[in-house]
Amino acid sequence: MSSPALVRHPEDNMPATAALPEAVRAPTVTSPATPSSFGTLALRWYRLNQGRLRATAIGVTSLLAFLLVWHLLTTYRVVFFVRFVNVPAPLAVYASFTKAIHDPHFLMHIVLSCRRIFIGFSLAAVVGVPLGLIMGRFKLVHEVVFPVAEVLRPIPAIAWVPMAIMLWPTNEQSIVFITFLGSFFPILVNTLHGMSLVDPVLVRAAQCLGARERSIFREVYFPASLPHIFTGLTVGMGVAWVSLIAAEMISGQYGIGYFTWEAYSLVQYADIALGMIAIGVLGLGSSLLIRGAGHLVMPWRSTR
Amino acid sequence: MSETLASEPKGHIEVTNFSLSYDSIEGPVQAVTDTQIHVNPGEFVSIVGPSGCGKSTLLNAVAGFLKPTTGIVTVDGERVNGPSAERGMVFQQYSLFPWKTVRENVEFGLKMRGMPRSQRERAARTLLGLAGLEAFEKHYPEKLSGGMKQRVGIVRALATGPKVLLLDEPFGALDAQTRVIMQQILTNMWQRLKISVLFVTHDIDEAIFLSDRVYCMTARPGSIKAEIPIPLERPRQQSMMMSSEFLALRRGLMSLIREESLKAMGGEINDMGMQGLNIELHGHSLADVI
Ligand SMILES: Nc1ncnc2c1ncn2[C@@H]1O[C@H](COP(=O)(O)OP(=O)(O)OP(=O)(O)O)[C@@H](O)[C@H]1O
Ligand SMILES: [Mg+2]
Repeated sequence: MSSPALVRHPEDNMPATAALPEAVRAPTVTSPATPSSFGTLALRWYRLNQGRLRATAIGVTSLLAFLLVWHLLTTYRVVFFVRFVNVPAPLAVYASFTKAIHDPHFLMHIVLSCRRIFIGFSLAAVVGVPLGLIMGRFKLVHEVVFPVAEVLRPIPAIAWVPMAIMLWPTNEQSIVFITFLGSFFPILVNTLHGMSLVDPVLVRAAQCLGARERSIFREVYFPASLPHIFTGLTVGMGVAWVSLIAAEMISGQYGIGYFTWEAYSLVQYADIALGMIAIGVLGLGSSLLIRGAGHLVMPWRSTR
Repeated sequence: MSETLASEPKGHIEVTNFSLSYDSIEGPVQAVTDTQIHVNPGEFVSIVGPSGCGKSTLLNAVAGFLKPTTGIVTVDGERVNGPSAERGMVFQQYSLFPWKTVRENVEFGLKMRGMPRSQRERAARTLLGLAGLEAFEKHYPEKLSGGMKQRVGIVRALATGPKVLLLDEPFGALDAQTRVIMQQILTNMWQRLKISVLFVTHDIDEAIFLSDRVYCMTARPGSIKAEIPIPLERPRQQSMMMSSEFLALRRGLMSLIREESLKAMGGEINDMGMQGLNIELHGHSLADVI
């Protein structure tokens, strides 16, 4: 019990009727007593964030160490099972990066890839989440859709490339379709999983507060599944990039996957690494976006 | 809130010829059989009984979550056939919505009723004030202690102005200190709102301290073994728990329950060849009871 006002009462001579108005006065939250100087504030901030600072410092060091190892391996052209003879050095990659950011072509590749991800992923979320919610709630829909989904799910998105090219009139559409497929199944499966874990006691609680089917869906099932939905979105985003890059390499004309493959064909080794790093950064950025959205949508979980 | 503070007591529960069996692979499991109970308007009634005797089953049928196999349940003359906001319920597992703040939890029933936002916010604040929780209105349930969660649960169930409050071992997970305070708060709310309460508990002291009447159930299949009026005067105080009157009631109820618990475990005890054990049981030996 964290309300001292309640516990302080001598229980034995407390008449039950008088108890409530008095006993239930909640303690008003008292603000920290003295205004503290900048120094102590900084110290306190440091103490609170010590763990995070430490993690950041170690993270930065390890990235630098990675770059250093990469640099050494390429400058000395190490051949030890793996051949670093043709691998571009970090500085060479940096040079081609500074050139590329002024190159409208490179930027176009990036923009196009992002657009494909955006469309494919959004479609997958818009279809996958509601379908998962409905499947979780209505048995018949589940029984009809689930077998088909289970058969199609294990097929990797890359295996869809020839079929996608046949299905869709333009290359652009088939690439978006493959991106869609890649993210669709993780989103669907995780939403379903979330629905299956909804605590039945919460549903009962809503029912005896007067909630009908539709309100229960909106106020209980949906928010209760949100954490899993976001897991699905995060995984789905990862798979979307995997699928997109594969599709671009095979059938694309533009896009960062195509750029990377083209660099290999044109023997521009620094651009291969640049393409790879760009893909990594874009993938990371999009996962961070989803995580941020998750915090916005689920404020009750963000303090954990 | 004036409507929930109405002056006429309400909520007459009537359970007649009630039985309920669950379907299972081995055939139907008779959980409760041949049971009649009633709760008068404004009355506080507890149900005690050995574990697994069907207390929750009975309560869930009154709430409308379970359909009786035979018999009927009525509240104020109307037959119960499904959960409704008329019958508020408090569960042992706190059951607050984790994605709603304390105030939003309390508002939920009013929202379902279509009350406009500003109005229900005001109502929720008033109610939270009564329970000493106004400082926590913006907190999410996860951050509250068990006692506070259960207070919110009670306030939430009362917010819609139900005729009946059903509680299934609501304080079972709380420590002794908190329990006592929660009992006081519940008593208070009940007296103010003048609704009837059906309260399931394991704790005999709690049942006596809170109730006007206590039903004691038999071991499974549960039925009513005894109905014990509690003539202790109100307001009740902690000191009463030492009074001879209280202790006599306690002794009586205790032996009733022990009898049933032993009956429930009788099979096991026999199987383990423990008949030789002579447990004192108000005059009977264990062998007489089994
Ligand atoms: N869904 C179910 N299917 C089959 N049997 C059940 C089901 N729910 C409960 N039972 C059985 O019915 C009996 C009564 O259960 P109930 O939960 O009502 O008991 P209880 O008195 O509330 O027990 P406790 O004191 O442990 O809470 C128990 O023996 C239980 O095993
Ligand atoms: Mg129970």
